[in-house]
Amino acid sequence: MSNNTCDISNDNYAVTVRNVYKSYGDVKALKDLSLDFPRGQLTSLLGPSGCGKTTLLKIIAGLLPADSGEITVNGHPVTGPGPDRAFVFQDFALLPWATVLRNVAFGLELRGVSKSEREAIAEKYIADVGLCGFENSHPHELSGGMRQRVGLARALSVDAQVMLLDEPFAAVDEQTRRKFQEDLLNLVKHENKTFIFVTHSIEEAVYVSDQVAILLPRPSRVSEIIKPEGFRHKDADSIRRDPEYLDIVDRIWSSLRTYVE
Amino acid sequence: MNIFGIKLPSMSSLILWGILWEIVGRLKLTFFLPPLSEVFSTLMQIGTTKVFLKALTETGYAFFAGTFIAIAVGIPVGILMGKSRLIDELLLPWVNMFLSAPLTALVPVMMVLFGFGMKAIVLTTTLFAIWIIVLNSRAGVMHINRSLVEMAHSFGASPMDAFSKVYFWAALPEILSGVRIGFIRAVKGVIIGQLLISIVGFGALFELYSGQFLMKHFWAVLLVLFGISFTIAEFLAHLQRKVAYYATQR
Repeated sequence: MSNNTCDISNDNYAVTVRNVYKSYGDVKALKDLSLDFPRGQLTSLLGPSGCGKTTLLKIIAGLLPADSGEITVNGHPVTGPGPDRAFVFQDFALLPWATVLRNVAFGLELRGVSKSEREAIAEKYIADVGLCGFENSHPHELSGGMRQRVGLARALSVDAQVMLLDEPFAAVDEQTRRKFQEDLLNLVKHENKTFIFVTHSIEEAVYVSDQVAILLPRPSRVSEIIKPEGFRHKDADSIRRDPEYLDIVDRIWSSLRTYVE
Repeated sequence: MNIFGIKLPSMSSLILWGILWEIVGRLKLTFFLPPLSEVFSTLMQIGTTKVFLKALTETGYAFFAGTFIAIAVGIPVGILMGKSRLIDELLLPWVNMFLSAPLTALVPVMMVLFGFGMKAIVLTTTLFAIWIIVLNSRAGVMHINRSLVEMAHSFGASPMDAFSKVYFWAALPEILSGVRIGFIRAVKGVIIGQLLISIVGFGALFELYSGQFLMKHFWAVLLVLFGISFTIAEFLAHLQRKVAYYATQR
């Protein structure tokens, strides 16, 4: 566990955010925010509501413009959405009129990949997220958890290096959520991708992250970066009982509790 | 509806009203209402005559040409209004005004602008149908889930793709309901056009039969018209039900 950020060369960061400002009218959503996201790792943006974590994620996605400051993905400045990033939405954002297969393939469809090719890729990822046999179902026939698996498969199938997840498990029930978190750990281990993960759950952030960035509101800023390293090699079950895990959760809670009304 | 545990098919109340009509007709209370059975037999007689078939084609042509223009123009305009604040500000007052205006009063203007022929009738039909189609398409687009728009954007959709693969489909339930009401209004438009602009089609038949007090003929034509507009409205309602499964959760 350490707070140092800067003794590694820039190549080790998939995404860098430098001095970013963003206001909505008079409300300052982000103020002089800088943060680096190590390649191949999962970084959580954790904080109370209103701390600008989703705003930051959408700025990295290119869905929102920053007022000033610079964001780079693999060294290239971000000017809008690009094929190097894929977004997973809190409310899934599936096409309700399309089947699971078409939904998963939709990112590729928009990129002009031929039908047979994109459906072959989609089928692979549908199997990967455990939705075999549901290819021809529609979203309204699936549970919330299954819908988010579709959203995840869609993001994975475009093979972007950076995965942006906006509270992806907020709308699913607690059991499904735990399963998702375990699956996410495996995903980070096996896919060579950089994950940026927005959450308001302290346990979730500590459980899945290589690096937790704690964002605080009024004014919005990164207050602390925590790297839970001690229990990363442990298996999914024993992490939740690990003393370091519990310590970090406690520590984050004590620094956040003053911001909770 | 269930009566004594037996499920009645929808619209079965029409049978009851038909019987009532027949009874009132047979009582000869008024020349205005001949028995329903006689209306039907008159319909069988005139249904195959040249005059009737010509009227049917003329009315059908004006109706479908008029609604086609209303749909082809109304849906894109509505979607543009829903997507662009500027276009919306420019057009919304007019759309609202025409939606609630007594359009029959504008028919003479159509005559001045487009003459006394088929063109004016077709455009009158469009005038009746288009506004609700515009307004519903606009509402449909405005209520598209924001994340769907962001999703299309984040996966790099071109404006054309976003329009044809996301916005149109997401707004489809509202668009279809606009088209359905538009069609019902178009029936009104086409008959008013045929009565006021030039006496052709079903309008001419109404004029002829009511002028000569041929009530059986009059009712026969009216039943055909009701039947056609009812069938179209039901067909569109059927299409609407097909997309209803996602209307509630977009």
